[in-house]
Amino acid sequence: MSIPRSRTFPAINVWINEVEGVIVTAELPGVLVDSIDISVTGDTLEISGTRQPMEEASKEKYHRQERSYGDFKRSVQLPYAVNTEAVQAAAEKGVLRITLPRAEAEKPKQIAVRAAEV
Amino acid sequence: MNKELQTQKQEVETTEGAERTRAARCYVPKVDIYSLDDGIVILAELPGVGENDVDITLEKRVLTINGFVSTAEPEGYELTYGEYGVGDFQRSFTLPDDIDQDKIEASISDGLLRVFLQKAPEAQAKKIAVVSG
Repeated sequence: MSIPRSRTFPAINVWINEVEGVIVTAELPGVLVDSIDISVTGDTLEISGTRQPMEEASKEKYHRQERSYGDFKRSVQLPYAVNTEAVQAAAEKGVLRITLPRAEAEKPKQIAVRAAEV
Repeated sequence: MNKELQTQKQEVETTEGAERTRAARCYVPKVDIYSLDDGIVILAELPGVGENDVDITLEKRVLTINGFVSTAEPEGYELTYGEYGVGDFQRSFTLPDDIDQDKIEASISDGLLRVFLQKAPEAQAKKIAVVSG
């Protein structure tokens, strides 16, 4: 039986700093860092991967199964274009954190206002 | 056994008279429980919890898992879209009789806790000597 690829997993939180950029965090307990793929195209972030059950567990011997397994793929629309060269991702204790710096050209510019000479 | 990947977290319900003293929210970790030839394994999801932040206690036959999350929110950033809450984890299990309570092992990696409960060796048959009175 094939399982539909989940488009709602993992749950994400999006943090924004107008100048610095965007940070996206996701809870992925038990997912190996190597099995997570992250790609950024323009202002779209894509997180995909697979969560595998433990090898030692066999189907017949489950007493309870609340965790779920399979493929996932999430697309996130970012509020602005990011500098794709500078995107960083790190996973610690099952929490993934992706740092996406705002593209230099997209940063808000300070417009100096001068008093008009009369 | 396959289900689509789930995302929602369930909060611990506080019973009357037992309120939490920590400000953080508390969630029920999702678990898988399965048996091996020589014991039972509990897998619990504790994202954000490291090896020094997890407490496992055994009182009588009740095994309680407590995971404490030290939330490091991105500094200078504002949460603009949130799908999950961050908080501690707590859950208790009543163990079966045939578990050797001195041989419980626990390890955590990538936010996934694995507790191994070894089965007790079968009670040794004892020979009772009968003496004539």
